[in-house]
Amino acid sequence: MMEPGSAFSAALDLVFGGDADFWGIVLLSLRVTLTALLIAAAIGLPLGALLAIGRFRGRDAVIVLTNALMGLPPVVAGLLVYLTLSRSGPLGFLGLLFTPSAMIVAQTVLILPIVIALTRQVVEGLWEEYAEHLRSLGLTPLGAIPTLLWDARFALLTALLAGFGRASAEVGAVLIVGGNIAGATRTMTTAITLETGKGNLELALGLGIVLMAVTLTVNALAFGATRASRRWGG
Amino acid sequence: MPILKRRTLGALLVAAGAALAVPAQAADRFITVASTTSTEQSGLFDHLLPLFTQRTGIAVRVVAQGTGQALETARRGDADVVFVHDAAAERKFVDDGFGVKRHAVMYNDFVLIGPKTDPAGAAGKDIAAALRKVAEAKAPFASRGDDSGTHRAELRFWKDAGLDPKTAGDWYKETGSGMGPTLNTASAMDAYVLADRGTWLNFRNRGDLAVLVEGDKRLFNQYGVILVNPARHPHVKADMGRTFIDWLVSKDGQAAIASYTIGGERVFFPNAAPAS
Repeated sequence: MMEPGSAFSAALDLVFGGDADFWGIVLLSLRVTLTALLIAAAIGLPLGALLAIGRFRGRDAVIVLTNALMGLPPVVAGLLVYLTLSRSGPLGFLGLLFTPSAMIVAQTVLILPIVIALTRQVVEGLWEEYAEHLRSLGLTPLGAIPTLLWDARFALLTALLAGFGRASAEVGAVLIVGGNIAGATRTMTTAITLETGKGNLELALGLGIVLMAVTLTVNALAFGATRASRRWGG
Repeated sequence: MPILKRRTLGALLVAAGAALAVPAQAADRFITVASTTSTEQSGLFDHLLPLFTQRTGIAVRVVAQGTGQALETARRGDADVVFVHDAAAERKFVDDGFGVKRHAVMYNDFVLIGPKTDPAGAAGKDIAAALRKVAEAKAPFASRGDDSGTHRAELRFWKDAGLDPKTAGDWYKETGSGMGPTLNTASAMDAYVLADRGTWLNFRNRGDLAVLVEGDKRLFNQYGVILVNPARHPHVKADMGRTFIDWLVSKDGQAAIASYTIGGERVFFPNAAPAS
């Protein structure tokens, strides 16, 4: 049976034990998720804004679709990316399956709908408020997008954090496309799954505690950056 | 302000592009092996692979799946070597042209695990008789239910017992997951479960479970290794894959397998055919 508190001591052992494998896993998890977030932001912020101010046929359907895709099960996203990147799939020639790049692609697929949908919502509100003002400055709707995104930056940070949370917490997609290969594609969540499978419940929970600590740190940094930039950035 | 933002966006895009452009498979020499959860979770690979890498400079990346999934991974060309335990499926894999040749490497054995108190009275040396007892008592039984080599073996034993678990009551529970998670389930509900010895010996969350049936010849579990056919999938790293297989069946590799113990117990027994 598990002793209460033994998971915490397992977590402390991991953090202070100087285990290179463990830190490799933490860094890989962060690298994969942050890269996916960066890509999703680069694509999703402009697309979300475009969706907010654009008026075209089928817009409502696109909005409903992106909203629904926020609920895409990670294992389905993983399976789609797997079938695409598999050697027998359309992009198999890239040889990306079972590499960190494959995990980045899968997590990007998971984050992108969140970034698009939340950006759309935030920017739409702003656009309704300032459309006339921006037009009077001679800005076309398209030209207004950077201004709108910039004005909404604090709300959009929350959207990005939601995306980060979804990607760093999921295991279904990275397990399928990464393969949980020791030293190559083992992330915190797949390691937790593996240790649970071995019946190492303390170690599994200890890894979970570390993962939560990492997530907490990222959120605290974002919060601090927001506050600092509000105070000094104007 | 908009210009600033545009620059930021541009930088983001460039960074994203750079991240994608980083070659995923740098120059390092490695092969991908599709194998089973039993070899991974028993700890065998942690013991074996560093020895091979040290000798040859070739790293081995193991994707641990059920035997069915591992063969499918190899069939799709997503692995260079497949290392599993279902002789019939392995032969079919080779016959269908997906693999070059099947080499026997080693065997381990299955054990029937159950509550120490053994409410069904299943303990003994005969796996078929034991399963009949479990069924008569309608004692909870946790099945892998995941088309793995162990699951397929379990189904064979039910057949030997003259029973069809498909028509069993709800005492027969398919977990649809790997060996470890299934053992966790069995431990939580004091169920009987068929496991490979290696995973069991390495398993920490045993609760009240113990080995009840072992030593039946039918519980013998042969592992085979196959090079994925480069004629079918030209990107297969055939040379390095062959080096790995040659080493596994060599004197060195076989000795390395034999030297792996858990708590002083040997888990895998090398039995490759001598090189001809």
